Amino acid sequence: MAIPFTYIVRNLASRRLTTALTAGGMALVVYVFATVLMLAAGLEQTLVATGQDDNVVVIRRAAQSEVQSGIDRQQAAIVETLPDIATGADGNRLVSREPVVLISLPKRDSAKPSNVVIRGVTPEGVALRPQARIVEGRMFRPGTSEIVTGRAIASGFRGAGVGETMRFGSRDWTVVGSFEAGRTGFDSEIWGDAEQMLQAFRRQGFSSLIFKLADTDRFDAVKRELEADPRLTLEAKRETRFYADQSETLSKFISYLGGTISAIFSIGAIIGAMITMYASVASRTGEIGTLRALGFSRASILTAFLVESLLLGLVGGVVGLVAASFMQALSISTMNFQTFAELAFSFRLTPAIVAASLAFALGMGFVGGFLPAARAARMKIVDALRAA
Amino acid sequence: MFVTLLVLRNALRHKLRTALTVVGIVVAITAFGLLRTIVDAWYAGANASSSARLVTRSSVSLVFPLPLTYAQKIRQVEGVQSVSWMNWFGGVYITERNFFPQFAVDPGSFLDMYPEFILPPEERKAFLTDRQGAVVGRKLADQYGWKVGDQIPLRGTIYPGTWTFNLRGIYDGVDKSTDQSQMFFHWDLLNEKIRKIYPRRAEQTGVFVVRLKDPQQAAEVSTAIDATFRNSLAETLTETEKAFQLSFVAMTEAILLAIQAVSYVIVVIIMAVMANTMAMTARERGAEYATMKALGFGNGYVAGLIFGESMAIALAGGLLGIALTFPLAAWFADAMGSLFPIFLVSEATVAMQVGAALLIGAVAAGLPAWRTARVRVVDGLRAVA
Repeated sequence: MAIPFTYIVRNLASRRLTTALTAGGMALVVYVFATVLMLAAGLEQTLVATGQDDNVVVIRRAAQSEVQSGIDRQQAAIVETLPDIATGADGNRLVSREPVVLISLPKRDSAKPSNVVIRGVTPEGVALRPQARIVEGRMFRPGTSEIVTGRAIASGFRGAGVGETMRFGSRDWTVVGSFEAGRTGFDSEIWGDAEQMLQAFRRQGFSSLIFKLADTDRFDAVKRELEADPRLTLEAKRETRFYADQSETLSKFISYLGGTISAIFSIGAIIGAMITMYASVASRTGEIGTLRALGFSRASILTAFLVESLLLGLVGGVVGLVAASFMQALSISTMNFQTFAELAFSFRLTPAIVAASLAFALGMGFVGGFLPAARAARMKIVDALRAA
Repeated sequence: MFVTLLVLRNALRHKLRTALTVVGIVVAITAFGLLRTIVDAWYAGANASSSARLVTRSSVSLVFPLPLTYAQKIRQVEGVQSVSWMNWFGGVYITERNFFPQFAVDPGSFLDMYPEFILPPEERKAFLTDRQGAVVGRKLADQYGWKVGDQIPLRGTIYPGTWTFNLRGIYDGVDKSTDQSQMFFHWDLLNEKIRKIYPRRAEQTGVFVVRLKDPQQAAEVSTAIDATFRNSLAETLTETEKAFQLSFVAMTEAILLAIQAVSYVIVVIIMAVMANTMAMTARERGAEYATMKALGFGNGYVAGLIFGESMAIALAGGLLGIALTFPLAAWFADAMGSLFPIFLVSEATVAMQVGAALLIGAVAAGLPAWRTARVRVVDGLRAVA
């Protein structure tokens, strides 16, 4: 016969301070565990969503980012003759030659400079990224010193808000609009007219070439064709793959660091649970003897103490998760090691993270409660009754 | 003497509980020390920088080069002793995993300007005379098993192609805080190859390093240098080497703040665990402490007993934790390779660890000690655990 559930719950409720301290420790661990997973998920989501599956990014071979890459006009012209490039609604081929550079801008709150991606785009380039839409002001007019800024840049950097101006390439540029690209990497970019950018930065070549495939299944053939062409020293990647690769180091760093920290923290919390449960067993020796004498089996004693410990873990897990879910309102802006540029991303709570965090909390409760529960179950009835 | 003995005996009464608590504190203090050391490692570059050097770069951002002709103009600025220049190379050794910084430098002026890199005279000479020569730090050479005379192939990411260098020397740092995991080679070699493939990008460099006659003049000289190039095609931004290094730290500040926050969270977690232990202990011995009070021991004396026990446990865990931090940090630095060139447990970190242990002990004892001191003898004697 099983020991009633209410009996177990009351045991926890009767020692409030100890229960609160133990569950509180676990809640903090679950909070850290969940936040780190949410951060990694947010980063991944941001960069994967940045790309479109049928878009192809072409950069110079061995360059790891658009900023390092360089494509001259001759090479660009060769790529543009590919028959696989899709045609837009107005009959233009959907291909965009883009100069991409980094400029150093001061952050709005701390005035500390950070690198921001500035991209020269063409009308086709805008059409290639349907997720970006103007939320404030208007789009820049081609052929002028006007720029539009991504949402994260507009709010995070000085001179990047609509109506403000910034100076680079010996010119003043007016911010005429701000765009939102659905929490993608483009939110951390500044866009202006491609030819104007080339002049301002005195460049003759582009950084990258982006085009849309007419038939997305032809990617492998197109890639082979481009990379086999002896006139070209370029490589092609699907846009989704390209951006996922760029987040690899940062997301690995976050998950490794977070994993290690959670592992270390959980040792502390498990010890806390163990101490609590051992004390709970020790102070209830007589009670355990009585329960055994009444006919409860060793197995039900073991289960009762394990359930008590699992409950502790569950309370900690739920409290930690609730606290972590508030983090979704925050967004983090930091430098991506691989592109050397600022990237804003937010915490993202997914069902998988909820499940993982609760499993982690219950796991801590189980590990912490097992040995004390086993001790309780092993007690001899006579000894236990005598000890009381 | 007697009191100390009593406190220690008390602490050892529940051997398992005390042992578990000590283990918890050891883990927390070690993790705290390790996280602090990671934060320190982030700042290592800035801390090792010299106050007598300025760095001049393009005002737009680091990816824009400056014309080499600027070297002459900078040299003419009042207060400048000498000028050198360098370029970030960004090559890959075998795979992307093997990351280490490589710079194309002007060898003569570079070695003069950085006395912290110590190179034997014959290796210095060999490096200067071999245009394809390179020098690497001791740590880097040990990591990849390089010896003087070896050839090192790098795949260029910014400058295409495979570049092969002859290792001509291995430098040592003047002290432990010198970065010994960098590679330097001839800027001339880089420039020659660029002239062939991208003529427009030749005769340019990433940054200029300026040595000051008097470190006090850093502000005036940087303003003067920037004024020289104002309204030119490539405007400059000059700052002290420390500010230059700190600007890199600032870019990843969000991560750094998170690590710092987390290092405090672990102290709080273990505080909860320790407070729990002390609360349980005090509750179990309620009757005992009441007896002592009935015998005439003062409230302060009883509170002191609890306080002392808490401190003894916290300090034992703290000291063990500090002792463990050193081998763990050494292992971590090894595992991370050249990601953290300088990874040393600083004295400040150890001091903070001691402080954290004391704080844990004090906070954990606070509530139980106060309660025990306040409780009336009659209630205490009546209480059951």
